[in-house]
Amino acid sequence: MTTTIEVTKADRVRAAATRIRHHALTMGEVQGQGYIGQALGVADVLAAFYAKGDGELRLRPEEPEWDGRDRFLLSIGHYAIALYAALAEAGTIPLAEIDTYGSDDSRLPMSGMASYTPGMEISGGSLGHGLGVACGMGLGLRHRGNPARVFDLLSDGELDEGSTWEAAMACAHHGLTNVTAIVDVNGLQADGPTPGVLKTEPVTEKWRAFGWHAVRVDGNDVDALLAGLDEIRDRALRDGAGPSVLICDTRTGRGVPFLETREKAHFMPVAEHEWAAAHDALEGVRR
Amino acid sequence: MTAATTKRLTTSAMIASFADPGQRTAPAPFGHALNRLAEQRPEIVGLSADLAKYTDMHIFRDAHPDRFYQMGMAEQAMLGAAAGLAEVGLVPFASTYSVFATRRAYDFLCLDIAEPGLNVNVVGALPGLTTGYGPSHQATEDLAILRACPNLTIVDPCDSVDIEQAVPQLADHAGPTYLRLLRGKVPTVLDEYDYRFELGRAALVRPGKDVLFVSTGLMTMRTLQAAARLETDHVDAAVLHVPTIKPLDTGTIVRELRTDRLVITAENHTVVGGLSEAVAATAAYAGIATRIQPAALPDEFLAAGALPTLHDRYGLSTAALCARVKAAL
Repeated sequence: MTTTIEVTKADRVRAAATRIRHHALTMGEVQGQGYIGQALGVADVLAAFYAKGDGELRLRPEEPEWDGRDRFLLSIGHYAIALYAALAEAGTIPLAEIDTYGSDDSRLPMSGMASYTPGMEISGGSLGHGLGVACGMGLGLRHRGNPARVFDLLSDGELDEGSTWEAAMACAHHGLTNVTAIVDVNGLQADGPTPGVLKTEPVTEKWRAFGWHAVRVDGNDVDALLAGLDEIRDRALRDGAGPSVLICDTRTGRGVPFLETREKAHFMPVAEHEWAAAHDALEGVRR
Repeated sequence: MTAATTKRLTTSAMIASFADPGQRTAPAPFGHALNRLAEQRPEIVGLSADLAKYTDMHIFRDAHPDRFYQMGMAEQAMLGAAAGLAEVGLVPFASTYSVFATRRAYDFLCLDIAEPGLNVNVVGALPGLTTGYGPSHQATEDLAILRACPNLTIVDPCDSVDIEQAVPQLADHAGPTYLRLLRGKVPTVLDEYDYRFELGRAALVRPGKDVLFVSTGLMTMRTLQAAARLETDHVDAAVLHVPTIKPLDTGTIVRELRTDRLVITAENHTVVGGLSEAVAATAAYAGIATRIQPAALPDEFLAAGALPTLHDRYGLSTAALCARVKAAL
């Protein structure tokens, strides 16, 4: 009697998330720094979008300017290290290139720049910009009859920015079913934990009050992420009733136990000797 | 004094016309020009931030409701959305007041539109001193803010002729632009001269031996009027119209500055960071030591009041220009 072990989509996305974490650690080690805590935290979310063959995005990885592609906007430009890792996973960036991260003349600068990097849709970094651009893309794609969807990844810190809420109102007003926001709620800002910087909760109720369909999940639980994305997609196809937001509670440093428990800081310090240990601590497949 | 003989005081209303009494005008030249362009080019779209009616965008909105996006009183979202529309292949014109496009939403104009070099055309009404409403609405420093923005093309039109001819050229230009909008009943002046608007080019609208006016925007209307008046005093004044502030047509400006004429720059903008400093820098960089006298708004927050009163007070009126020339000659 033989036993068949079924490998599910969630398993494959989890494996992709682990690869994305390895890629991010590799880049962090190149520079000895980077937003590694955030990258590890958001890796599961990005895997749900970029896992080769399983990601939510309609993409042609080797044709990043394809007009029919879903647009994925990185409003949080400082998370570029994480998106490069995901683009390497998707095949848009050659894996060998991640070793150039943050170096002179690299296509992978430390903050996301659209003109530098294939697959980087906007130059984020000045926070609170992504959702407004997503709104215009949603309006334009709908006007042109292009069925592509627009996703904007923002952070809970960006909920401080008034422009985020201007854009949230505009997306709802214009009924942009093709726009989905993803909010990485890691509870951490430059000056410390979010509740002490500027209270953003109740996040879900805020989005609902602005006219969005809001789904909140554990952003480090791949099954929950995929279910959330399924719900948003099905609803969009079913009744096309305006924009949706996937609110993802994540944990900085996720996947590397000694970083998960490290004191939370916007720039998580990682000592030179710890990078190899961090790779080893990640579960699952190695690069 | 009875009520019937009381002179009605002029007001500091938001919307005021700077046209002279009886002057030929064209209604909403920007809105009509955009409509004509939109009929030929389906990718043209319009946006406004709750000011369509006051930026002549309502003409386009009413003719092409399916191509107009109302963004509400949210200038940051409007400029971000304009960038997004351009990213997916459309050619947006986004209108609001100049103060809001520049002071309030500059980060969005700079990073969403100018940095990626998108074909977004930002249209700012009430530039410089074209409202008597006070500093909240007087965009006296918009050129100073925007001249420093890389990639951005900046146009300050004189009249309805400039606006009508500029709109299609702004859309044809691949990168981002900023148009200082004259709205409502806009004077028609330049059709009396052998002149065509050409993006990026300054034009000698009127030759003259004694004085050289280098002017932009509505001040070219004033320098032309001043030149005509000075003629009766046997002063021969030339007018070099510089409708494109950036990139500046330095070749033409340098050619005209190599002169022993009295040189006066004239702009509807603060003396800081606008045409006068751009022309002075152009002269200095070219090794031309001509003295340049600026007719510009002072470096201060301006008063509220009626436009004719304020243009006189701050030296932008035709009479003030003439007095300036006579004092200097």
